[in-house]
Amino acid sequence: MRGTNQRTDAIIIGAGPCGLFAVFELGLLGLSAHLIDILDKPGGQCAELYPEKPIYDIPAWPVISGQELTDRLMEQIKPFEPVFHLGEMAESLGKTPDGMWQMTTDAGTVIQAPVVVIAAGGGSFVPKKPMLAEIDAYEGESVFYAVRRIESFRGKRIIIAGGGDSALDWTLNLQPVAERVTLVHHRDGFRAAPHSVARMKELAGAGAIDFVIGKLNGLVGDAPNLSGVAVTDSAGDRVLAADRFLAFFGLTMKLGPIAEFGLNFSENLIPVDTEKFETSVPGIFAIGDINNYPGKLKLILSGFHEAALMAQAAFQRCRPGERLRFQYTTSSTQLQQRLKVA
Amino acid sequence: MKLKVVDGAGSHHELDALPGWRVMEIIRDWDLPIKAECGGACACATCHVYVDDEWLDRLPQKDDEEVDQLAYLPDRRPNSRLSCQMLMSDELDGLKVTLAPGSMR
Repeated sequence: MRGTNQRTDAIIIGAGPCGLFAVFELGLLGLSAHLIDILDKPGGQCAELYPEKPIYDIPAWPVISGQELTDRLMEQIKPFEPVFHLGEMAESLGKTPDGMWQMTTDAGTVIQAPVVVIAAGGGSFVPKKPMLAEIDAYEGESVFYAVRRIESFRGKRIIIAGGGDSALDWTLNLQPVAERVTLVHHRDGFRAAPHSVARMKELAGAGAIDFVIGKLNGLVGDAPNLSGVAVTDSAGDRVLAADRFLAFFGLTMKLGPIAEFGLNFSENLIPVDTEKFETSVPGIFAIGDINNYPGKLKLILSGFHEAALMAQAAFQRCRPGERLRFQYTTSSTQLQQRLKVA
Repeated sequence: MKLKVVDGAGSHHELDALPGWRVMEIIRDWDLPIKAECGGACACATCHVYVDDEWLDRLPQKDDEEVDQLAYLPDRRPNSRLSCQMLMSDELDGLKVTLAPGSMR
């Protein structure tokens, strides 16, 4: 759903556990939601940083992994049909003449809503860069941290650096289109699916790719055009000829454009009240790890509670003049209809 | 049991520590400005510290995951460790570390 103008009740920035549960709490009150997340999948930190790590403090789940928690939340919010804008960054926020918030993403998606919910955790995930001199000068032309279009790598000599799934997957996926793929990793061990590692070794054994165990030293060539990557391996210092360099060194979190939305920040956190979890700007709420208030605990369960109270206040903004009735899912036919179980 | 920490401003802190706690958890518990984004999963390398040389040999070995995380750090030094991968123990009473620039809030 890129590049189109869309209207909803709440725009949620961040599809981590708090953003996902906000969809549920808003949905129970009959409010619709769109979620924007820079990652290409829902789950936020739970899915990106520790999908397999056990979490022990989710009520009624003695133990649950980050990925399983995400999967369960996705199942729970399914009846409310949230719209996801994944792989997009919430870039700018403005107001329409009729007083709606208007959010534009870096992919050109435009969404209007009376309510914005910031559930951005530690900020947006951005790639970690290798420490190589002048690397910025090559970025976008010959150095990349993601593959947007495979075609743009056709016929190129590509150096891929890293030891995780992304490095392995792209080594395998680009091998058929590239003139030559060379994978560089500092050791002969990977944090990646064993079958990908086995396949990579097979290709290297057959001479279809090169696998270099070594250290990156620098980029060679007239920036932004790359001619090679300098490495040190058991053979000593040498330059591997290359047209493209792809580094997959994992992700880190940066606050990003939400810092420019006109909200108060204190030490990179957004102060909120504890009745509505509203920011210094009416109609913009902040829940989960990104907010702060006296007594704040950075726990997923606290974020769930914050989502529930935020939704009450969001209702008043989205349905002015309407009475909000407090109801239980165990007994209310209206809620059960919204949950699509009645 | 004590943990000594030097922060970004060069100030020295002597923190009460508990055996079995991760060094990162102690630093965070005392409100020193460490990022520790992933909460101890060895997934983000934002609890990076420099260990005082006299303590280096007394630390447990790095596992492969920690080696990988450290390999990608721009401000890595020979005495770099991830503080979430070091557990306090009697042998480490008095351990001294310095917060790395990239891991500070």
